[in-house]
Amino acid sequence: MDNHSTRPPQIHGDKNLTDVTNDVCDIMERKPTWLWWLGFSLALSALVLGLVSVSYQIMTGIGTWGLNKTVGWAFDITNFVFWVGIGHAGTLISAILFLFRQKWRTSINRSAEAMTIFAVICAGIFPIIHMGRPWLAYWVFPYPNFRGPLWINFRSPLAWDVFAIGTYLTISAVFWYVGMVPDLATVRDRAKNKIKKFFFGILSLGWNGSYRVWHRYETVYALLAGLATPLVVSVHTVVSFDFATSSIPGWHTTTFPPYFVAGAVFSGFAMVLTLMIIARKTLRLEEYITLNHIENMTKVIIVTGGIVTLSYATEFFIAWYSGNGFEQFVFLNRALGPFAWAYWIMVGCNLITPQFFWFRSIRRNVVIVFILSIFVNIGMWFERFVIIVTSLHRDFLPSAWSMYSPTWVEIGTLVGSFGLFFTLFLLFIRTMPMISMGEVKSVLHYRGNGEKS
Amino acid sequence: MTERLQVAEFRNEYDLIDAVSAVRESGVEIVDAYTPFAVHGLDKAMGLKKSRLNQVCFMFAFLGLTIGVLGQYWVSAINWPINIGGRPWNSLPAFMPVAFEVTVLFAGLGTVFSFFAWRKLKYGKQSLQPSLRATNDRFYLVMKQGQQRKSNSTVSEIIHVHHGEMVDA
Repeated sequence: MDNHSTRPPQIHGDKNLTDVTNDVCDIMERKPTWLWWLGFSLALSALVLGLVSVSYQIMTGIGTWGLNKTVGWAFDITNFVFWVGIGHAGTLISAILFLFRQKWRTSINRSAEAMTIFAVICAGIFPIIHMGRPWLAYWVFPYPNFRGPLWINFRSPLAWDVFAIGTYLTISAVFWYVGMVPDLATVRDRAKNKIKKFFFGILSLGWNGSYRVWHRYETVYALLAGLATPLVVSVHTVVSFDFATSSIPGWHTTTFPPYFVAGAVFSGFAMVLTLMIIARKTLRLEEYITLNHIENMTKVIIVTGGIVTLSYATEFFIAWYSGNGFEQFVFLNRALGPFAWAYWIMVGCNLITPQFFWFRSIRRNVVIVFILSIFVNIGMWFERFVIIVTSLHRDFLPSAWSMYSPTWVEIGTLVGSFGLFFTLFLLFIRTMPMISMGEVKSVLHYRGNGEKS
Repeated sequence: MTERLQVAEFRNEYDLIDAVSAVRESGVEIVDAYTPFAVHGLDKAMGLKKSRLNQVCFMFAFLGLTIGVLGQYWVSAINWPINIGGRPWNSLPAFMPVAFEVTVLFAGLGTVFSFFAWRKLKYGKQSLQPSLRATNDRFYLVMKQGQQRKSNSTVSEIIHVHHGEMVDA
């Protein structure tokens, strides 16, 4: 046997190739359970609430939000940054772990990529409704027009955002689809009913398993992974530029790009954990998404949580060290001012939660990991809220100081974005192979057990 | 005249790789292999050349970068220059994020569509494969039929040695 024989197997339950195909396709082929219907109806209800809120605010105007002259960005941009961040873990798992040859990614990468796409869709909605006149959203693209032609301002980070998010969504979707083509062919070849055969026949592009094609396919996949890796770093860097290039104390800092990227991966992995723990339980995937997978993800959370902690500390240190009174005030106001509750929720969830993962018994306890992952999600939402609102609400002129509280429209929109996310995800696991069969099959013999067929 | 082919079925990838090497040594030409996943090491056994898609990707990336930089320069400095906060018409450092994104977009889409075009993968195409199990749990090796009867029997012997089975194509 080769030197991999000491490692634990990637997939439990002594599966062979046929088992993998049957197990993964069975999720789509069997009737949905009552749990799925429960989840789907909850998600759909949340989505409807979101649609009502968004329709109302578009018809009435964004005066329906709790924003005022001082706090011009709040819930909406918080949600935008939160959702973009969630997406980052998917690309990290599918691209960066691929480049590092981390074989354990194979059973979670498909659903993590799907999560990326849905999260970026959720994120994209917020800047569009924030425009107030979303029917003119196409103005953000540079296209020849009769207004001069008047082009967009390429020196603005908001214009960079359009390109970063747009490219990210496109490349993620292409990466996801290309990765799925062989599996779509597997589904096509075992489909019994005509509609399914037709549908997957179209989507699978005539894939037939030819090794000459597989060989080129591997090259394409590696190239896409290589492109997606700097892309994912650039996306949250550009999002952080929205803040960092302004002159607002609390935003104007050079640590923002790495701070945001680490925070994004941190929150994204928490969301992957939340989703995967639900999926493995409800879809009985314990043999594919094993405790080792969960443990590996919690380790990523320890590292990225550490970077986030370091960033919080650096911000405070630099605020003191700069000798800039405005900067110092913003940070004292963050920790002790009227939004101190939000700040301490953030610190509690993001600094303390990951520390539990130092213990192996906790890393391998699914229930505790699930609860902690939700705390990280909450903490990372509050991080963006704290950065945005506390930096704005007490500005340079004390007579302009004000407070912010969300209206039902804003809360409804946030709930609606979760509804959209979970509706899409639940539909995805019922219609597409949610585990990459082709890649799982390639790691089945990873122990070097050549005799098993 | 269409060429006559012979097909062998295998139950795992190790047998397939060994058989491929043995069949090639015996002088029989291999048309293709059909596998449910990307078998590592099979490309070396089959003697496949390195893909040219790497160069294609680079060319598309370069094209994207050129369009990204020159496009922004043309828009901001030539076609309709606007004074924004006294920034220079050609604000090259500020153009870099968009130029980078356009580079990645071109490289990614260009590579994928070149691959689809080269390998003739398109929507709704009928798939041609030795068996429906080629996308599930079996490995197939497609070889050219030799001229003499003698070499054909050696091929089936080689296949049997490597736990394979000859099947009708």
